[in-house]
Amino acid sequence: MSTFTETLVHGKGGAFKPTSLTPMQGLTLKYVVFGLVYYGFAAIEGMLLRINAVSPQDLLYPDRYYAMLTAHPLVGIFGSSYLLVFGAFTFLVPFLMKKPLWSYKLANWTLWLIVVGVFTFWFDGFLTHYAPLYTLYWPLPADFDQFEPVAGAIFITGVALVMVGTLFFVLNVLKTITYTPAGWTRQPAGRLLGDALGLTTLGKFFTGRLRKDVEQEHLVSLPVAAIARGSVDVLFNAGIILFSGVLILVYMVAEIFGGSLETTKIDALLYKNWYWWGLDLVADGLVLIFVAGTWYLLAQLITGREVFMARWARFALGLELVVSWTVWSHHLLSDQSQPAALKMGSGEFVTAFELITQGLAFFITLATLWMARPLTMTNPLKFLLGGLLGFALAVPAGIMQADVGLNRILHNTQWVVGPHVHVAVLVGLTMTLYAAVYFLLPILTNGAELYSQRLANVHFWCHLIGGIGMGAFMGMAGLQGMLRRTIYYEDEFLPYMVLAALSGALLLVAFVVFLYNIVMTLGLQGAVGLFKRSSTPPSVLVPGMDVAIQPVPAPGAPAGA
Amino acid sequence: MRLLVIDSGTVLWGQTLMYSAYCLVIISLVWWFATRITRPAGESRITPKVFYTWVGFLAVLGVSLHLVTYNTIPWVKDDLNGSDDYAASYDITVGDHAWQLPEKTLQVPCNELVRFSVTSTDLTYGFGLFRDDNSMVAQMQVVPGHDNDLLWTFESDGVYSIRSTEYSGPEGDGMVVPDAVEVTGCDQSEAEGGAR
Repeated sequence: MSTFTETLVHGKGGAFKPTSLTPMQGLTLKYVVFGLVYYGFAAIEGMLLRINAVSPQDLLYPDRYYAMLTAHPLVGIFGSSYLLVFGAFTFLVPFLMKKPLWSYKLANWTLWLIVVGVFTFWFDGFLTHYAPLYTLYWPLPADFDQFEPVAGAIFITGVALVMVGTLFFVLNVLKTITYTPAGWTRQPAGRLLGDALGLTTLGKFFTGRLRKDVEQEHLVSLPVAAIARGSVDVLFNAGIILFSGVLILVYMVAEIFGGSLETTKIDALLYKNWYWWGLDLVADGLVLIFVAGTWYLLAQLITGREVFMARWARFALGLELVVSWTVWSHHLLSDQSQPAALKMGSGEFVTAFELITQGLAFFITLATLWMARPLTMTNPLKFLLGGLLGFALAVPAGIMQADVGLNRILHNTQWVVGPHVHVAVLVGLTMTLYAAVYFLLPILTNGAELYSQRLANVHFWCHLIGGIGMGAFMGMAGLQGMLRRTIYYEDEFLPYMVLAALSGALLLVAFVVFLYNIVMTLGLQGAVGLFKRSSTPPSVLVPGMDVAIQPVPAPGAPAGA
Repeated sequence: MRLLVIDSGTVLWGQTLMYSAYCLVIISLVWWFATRITRPAGESRITPKVFYTWVGFLAVLGVSLHLVTYNTIPWVKDDLNGSDDYAASYDITVGDHAWQLPEKTLQVPCNELVRFSVTSTDLTYGFGLFRDDNSMVAQMQVVPGHDNDLLWTFESDGVYSIRSTEYSGPEGDGMVVPDAVEVTGCDQSEAEGGAR
């Protein structure tokens, strides 16, 4: 066997031994594998959409194009981001809390429900071209002149499976924080939950104790607090999407059985408010909070120090309780019947608070790194900086479009989806996730060494330049009037679209390089080995670290960082 | 002829300049940070004062953006407050992925506040006015069962197309009415100025 084949099959130096994995390591790696597979789906779809924006293809006739446009963000967010984030947090919460995951079985259910659910709606969209977009503006999802009700029902069922898996994840996270493992002294569940959700810190703020220049002591570490806080938004988001899905399913089932329901029974604007309230908990609440939490965790792990001004970081997480739940109306600034008070209050000024909460997380992370100089430019550090830059670019772009005056000429243009959405998701979120993946890789694989640092560098630069470039050229087209959900047939914005497609190709190259590097690190045999059962109990997080035994000092003592 | 007409084109140019400048600054800053962070340094301490100043700066920045646009972008006050003091109103209907205009080309007076009142009979659409070069003059969402009124003042002669700016299913592909709006009576044409 040649060296190449040997490495391809067994990984670099044969160092990765799937039989050595604990159940929690194996489970987390399965989340990562499926998350990356679905990232590949979204990346290939994205590339096809980019090509179609350069020159409309016969293969991508409108029905298929819009079906792909519907599947692309849903696969990207639910199939990739959710799995990567949920997988990492399912491992990290017990790791940081030093107690077993509340339910290993439930974590398995979460994984498979999401994997199956995503495939269900993706495959349904592929076959039937059900295409109401992720926005589902009423009554489009129930427009049976354009879509088959059975196709829609299968699609919505797929999304519902993802949401049920999501609810299981939230339950597992919050229970892990608050429950008392067998044989432990009783845990203060209420205090743990209050601390995790930032309520303790909010209380200190309003009693004037937060301003003192000493860090407060807490039951729950800052990253776990961020995970818990983001999980609340995930919970509400899943509830709203499930409710909306059931509503749409009622119309579909009625149609299938020949009893058409009046779509006018549901107020389209009220539905839009309701839906965006829930959806924005992912876009603005969940992403920003989970990302902030991951930044803090990475900064701590990279520097080995407490996060700078940690009490204010906690306060910002608590403040997001107000911000992320009242921010949705910036999506309705171009809806003329939306009350002006909501446009200005929620749409403009609450949204502007996200500049503060995210800017605060940005500053705290950079300051933590700065005070620990000199640092080695490792993969986690460089991807973390890329993620920070991504949000530094994307959040102000979002604040600009969340302005009544500017929204009149930006809404639904490529500006929204380029410099804001794609830069936030691809550069900000994904590079942060890559930082976590590079950091966790040796921990989850019991010391497997990365196949090639040079390829990791290629991955970094191609992803960073590709992501920012694509967002920038889409944004330039948007400022020239190019819409985000429209096919242009006359080469109206050709130069921008060619450059955006080239940038997109760079992103795809980055992903292929990364995937190749990971496969050569772990080996194909290693990847298959992930699905073998482990004999160790789930309370063993990594070999030699069984968290079933209560640590000393006893709970109630500060968790520190 | 006025030297500067603050129209949608002007606002977009201003935004392009501001955001481009910001991008250059933030990319440079992160680059500088990344190169410095690996170098040996003495005791690095960042005082809480710097942190509080940063938070204050963000708060001022976030609020001032809206105050500035409210006081400089001409259409914002009409947008938020509404007005019955318009010179002409055009009732447009959209349904079954087709536009129905009261006349083939809407004749619009220059420098007068006019209202486009658009009604959807089925789905959610978007109502957008576009120049010949495909740049956008303005847009709004068209939600069924609700009033969708856009108040606008044109300051340049020109002919504009109407295009749906919201996805309404694959059958909505190509919902464009070319030369749907003609503005006359200005002392300059679109080529020289714009519309706000």
